[in-house]
Amino acid sequence: MSSLQQVNPTVRGIRASAHTRLHRLATHIAQDITQDITQGALKPFKEVIDVSAGDPHTAGFKPVTFVRQVLAACLLPRLLEEETLPLDVRRRAQRLLEACEGGSVGSYTASSGMCHVRQSIAEFIVRRDVGVPSHAKDIFISSGLQRALMVFIKLLAGGQEETRVGVLTPVPCPHTLPALLDEARLALAPYRLAEGRRWAVDVDELHRALKSATERCKPRAIYISNPGNPTGHVQDRKSIEEVIRFAAAERLLLLVDEVYQDSVYGPGRRFISYKRVLFEMDGEYSDTVELVSFHSLASAHMGEGGLMAGYMELVNIDPEVMHFVDTMLCTDISTPVTGQLALDLMVDPPRPGDLSFDTYSQEILLTRAVLSQNAQRAQEFLNDLPGMSCQPAMGGIYLYPRLHLSPHIIEKAKTLKVEPEDLYCQMLLEEKGVLLGAGCQYGETAPSYHLRLCILVLPDTLEEVLARLASPPSTVMAALPAREGRRHGEHFVTHQWCPLC
Amino acid sequence: MSQHAANGLASRAKVLTVDNMNPNVKRVEYAVRGAIVQRALQIEKELKEGVKKPFNEVIKANIGDAHAMGQKPITFLRQVLALCAYPELLQDDKFPEDAKQRAQRILEACGGHSIGAYSSSQGIECIRQDVARYIEKRDGGIPSNPDNIYLATGASDAIVTMLKMLVCGEGRDRTGVMISIPQYPLYSAALADLAAVQINYYLDEDKCWSLDTAELRRAVNAARQHCNPRVLCIINPGNPTGQVQSRECIEDVIRFAKEERLFLMADEVYQDNVYAEDCKFHSFKRVLFEMGPEYSTTVEMASFHSTSKCYMGECGFRGGYMEVINMDPEVKAQLTKMVSVRLCPPVPGQALLDLVVNPPQPDEPSYHQFMKERTAVLATLAEKAGLTEQIFNAVPGITCNPVQGAMYTFPRIALPQRAIDKATEEGLAPDMFYCMRLLEEEGICLVPGSGFGQREGTFHFRMTILPPTEKLKIVLQKIQDFHVRFAQEFS
Repeated sequence: MSSLQQVNPTVRGIRASAHTRLHRLATHIAQDITQDITQGALKPFKEVIDVSAGDPHTAGFKPVTFVRQVLAACLLPRLLEEETLPLDVRRRAQRLLEACEGGSVGSYTASSGMCHVRQSIAEFIVRRDVGVPSHAKDIFISSGLQRALMVFIKLLAGGQEETRVGVLTPVPCPHTLPALLDEARLALAPYRLAEGRRWAVDVDELHRALKSATERCKPRAIYISNPGNPTGHVQDRKSIEEVIRFAAAERLLLLVDEVYQDSVYGPGRRFISYKRVLFEMDGEYSDTVELVSFHSLASAHMGEGGLMAGYMELVNIDPEVMHFVDTMLCTDISTPVTGQLALDLMVDPPRPGDLSFDTYSQEILLTRAVLSQNAQRAQEFLNDLPGMSCQPAMGGIYLYPRLHLSPHIIEKAKTLKVEPEDLYCQMLLEEKGVLLGAGCQYGETAPSYHLRLCILVLPDTLEEVLARLASPPSTVMAALPAREGRRHGEHFVTHQWCPLC
Repeated sequence: MSQHAANGLASRAKVLTVDNMNPNVKRVEYAVRGAIVQRALQIEKELKEGVKKPFNEVIKANIGDAHAMGQKPITFLRQVLALCAYPELLQDDKFPEDAKQRAQRILEACGGHSIGAYSSSQGIECIRQDVARYIEKRDGGIPSNPDNIYLATGASDAIVTMLKMLVCGEGRDRTGVMISIPQYPLYSAALADLAAVQINYYLDEDKCWSLDTAELRRAVNAARQHCNPRVLCIINPGNPTGQVQSRECIEDVIRFAKEERLFLMADEVYQDNVYAEDCKFHSFKRVLFEMGPEYSTTVEMASFHSTSKCYMGECGFRGGYMEVINMDPEVKAQLTKMVSVRLCPPVPGQALLDLVVNPPQPDEPSYHQFMKERTAVLATLAEKAGLTEQIFNAVPGITCNPVQGAMYTFPRIALPQRAIDKATEEGLAPDMFYCMRLLEEEGICLVPGSGFGQREGTFHFRMTILPPTEKLKIVLQKIQDFHVRFAQEFS
C-alpha cells in the first residue's frame, strides 16, 4: 500500500490550514448543539455563527436576480419562449446562448474562455479605467481566482532551496494564499503592511523584505490585494505608483488581486486599478512593467464563488508566455460555462433604462450599504473592547482587529503546540459559538496577534456576533492584561524584526 | 537599493520569458486542442469574413463534445438546474413535481440555499452519499463509503489531482506512470507538467485494441531500469480506441497491479457508452471485489466518472467524481488537504452529478420522458458507431476496428511513402499532414493519431461519432473521397 513517504513531497509540504481545523470543529459543535437542543439541553448559544470567511449567500444575502434569471433561461431555453422572465433577461440569455457551441451551456468552450465573454470583460475594463485600452486576447478566464493564480505562478516556478523562486507576499494576506504558493512550489517572502497607517503598503518595508528574501530564495514577483484582503485597506494612486516603481526597479512581476474592487466605502476613497495607474505613468513604466490582475465571481456584490469562474488580465506579458497560459488552461479543458456567463453578467449588468435596472441597482446598493454600515459599526465596537483594537476598513469584506493576549494564553498555546490566535478562536467558538478567522493562518508572528472577521453579513448577524464578543471567553477573561489597545490614528511601530526573513 | 535598481531601468528584457519560465510547462501539450484546432478556428474566422472555401462550415469532429455537435440536453436535468439557479421558478406549475423535489433537496444542502455559495472542498455531503448509493446499485450491492468519494471539476481534475499525489522520488526512483498507447492526451500533459516518467504500454490493434498482460509486463520491466513504476492508468471504455475491456482482461489487469504493487487509476467516464452487443461495462471496483479479499483489501485504486459523456454530454458543467479504494488513511488525509486548496468543485456541476446518479425512478412523473430521451441518445450513438465502422472499412487504405464504446473511432490509414516523405519535408508527422490537408480541402477537423501515440510506422486519426447521423454520413463520404484522392496524388 502506498504510504505517506510515497506521497509527492510538494503535496506533503502544503501547510495545513488552521481555518480547516477550526471549520471542522465548528461543524461538530453545530451538530452537537442541534442534538442537545432537541434533547432539551440548555446551551449558552443556539447556533454557531461562522464569520471567518466570506460567503455572502451562506450569510443570507440573495443572489442578484438578473444574474439568476439569465442563467435559468440559458439552462432551460424553453423559458425564452415564455413570458415568465422579463424581456431584457430573455434577450441577454439568447445572445449568450448564441455564443455557446451548439447553443448549449453544456458544451466545452475555448480553453481561455468564450470569446464573447472575454470581449465583454475587455469592454468593462475600458469603461472602468476610463479609456485605457484592453483586449480580449489578454484576458484569460479560469475556474476561479485561485485557479488563475495557480496557472500563472506555475509559469514562474523553478529552482530549489536558495534558488527557489519566491513571491513577496503581504502580511497579512488572504488565508488561502500560502497553501496555493506551497502547492506551486514557490517560496513566500513576507512583507508587513503598516497596521498603524490603516494597513498601508510601506515601500521601505518592501525593500527590507526583498533584501532579506534574496538570501534564501529568488524573488520574481510581488503579490498584493487591493482592496486589501483581509485588511480592508484601499490604496490611493500615489501608493500604487510607489509599488509599481518598486516592482519596475527590482524587476518583479506584479500579481494584483482586485476581487473586491466593487466594495469601496471608506470616505473619500475610490478604487483605482493598478492597470490604470500604470498606463497613466510614463512610458518607461507603462510599456514595460509586467502586471497580472485578477477578478472573479466571488466579489461582494455577486457572491457567486460556487459557480467557480474568474479571469486574469495580462499586461505587458511576453506573447510567447501567454501562449503557454492557454496551454496550461487546456488541461482544465474549459471553465464551467454557467460561471463564464455569470462573469459576462457581472461585467455588463443592466443599464439605466433596462427593464431589470431598478431591481438590479437596488440589490447592489443594499449590499454596499450593509457592508459600509457593518464596517463602521464593527470597527467602532471592536476598537472599544478590552483587549482589542481595530483599524477602520476602507473597502473589502473583512475587518482585521488586533488581539492583545495575555502571557497566560500565549503560554497555554505553546504547550498545546498551536498558535495563540488559533487557541483564542477555538475558545471563542466553544464558549460563544462564534467562528472568526485566526490571524496566524499566515506567518503572523509574535508579538502581534489578529483575528479576521467577515463583515459581509446581515446586520442582525453582526449584532449577534458583536454581542457575543462583548465579553471574551471566560477562560480568556480571567487572564487579560490591563487595556493596551491603541485607538486608530496612533502610530504603530512597524519595522519589527520578522523571524521569517 | 538593490543591484537591479542601481542599474536603473535600462534593461528592457522581460521578467518572465519562455527561456526563464518553468521548464516543465514547455513540455505540456494537449493534442485535442493543438495546432490543427488552431487552424480550424482560423478557417472558421475566414469563412465568417466571407473568404471562399470548398466548404461552408468547419466540422469539428476532434473533441468529444456532444452538445456542440447538436445533441440535445436531457430535459429533466435542465429543469432541475434551472430551478436551482432561480428558485422562484418553484412556483411555476410547468415544472414537474419530481424536478422540484430534487431541486429543493439540492438547495437545502447548499449554503444559504444557493448554488453560488462555496461547498465543502470534498463536495456537498448529500451528493457524495447519492454517488455512493449509485455505485452500490451499479456494482450489485458492493458497499461504497461517501468519505471515499471526492467530487471534482470534471474527471480531468480528479485524475490530475491523483497523479500529483503519487509522483515522488528523484532520478531512477522517480515515479513511473503506465498509460495505454494510444492514450488520451490529458495524461501525457499531466505527466509532463509533473515531470513524472511516462511508461507506454501498447494496446493490440489487431485484437480490437485489447490489453495484453504480456505487454504490460514488458513495459513495466523495461521501465524498472530507469524509474519506479507506481501507477497504472486504464481507460475503459477506451479513448480514443473505443474498446470495452472484457471481464477477464480486467481481472488480469488487477492481478498484474497487485503483483507489481501498482496504484490502479480506472477512467470510466464512458461507462454508459457501450454499443457492441457482445460487450458489457464491468466496473473495476466490482471486479476487484468479486475477486475476493486477497485483492479487494489490498489493491489500491481510484475510479473516475463525469457528467461530460454518456447520455448527458454536459461537458460545460465540469462535473465529476472519483472513488478511492484501499487508500492509506495518512495518504487520504493529504488528498483531502490538497483538494481544500482549490476551494470547491463548481456547484452547478455537483448538482448535475447528483441528478445523474439519482435519475427519475419508474414511479416518478418524469421517468418516461427521461428514459425516452436517454435511450434515443444512446441508440443514435450505437447506430453511428456501427455506420462509421462499416463505411471506413469499405475504403481501401482505411482499417477500422469496431467502435465497441465511448465516442470515437480511431481508424488506421495507409499512407503512401511519397506522402510520408512530403510530410517529413514540411516538418509534420505524416498523419498530421494528412489531417491538415483534409481540413483545408473539406473543412473537417480530426486529430492525428500522433497526438495520441501509436506504434512506430502506423498512422491513424481520431474522429468523434458525434455529428448528427445525416451529417456524419456526409462526413464519412467526404473522408472516403479525400482518402482516395490523397492516395492517388501521392502514389
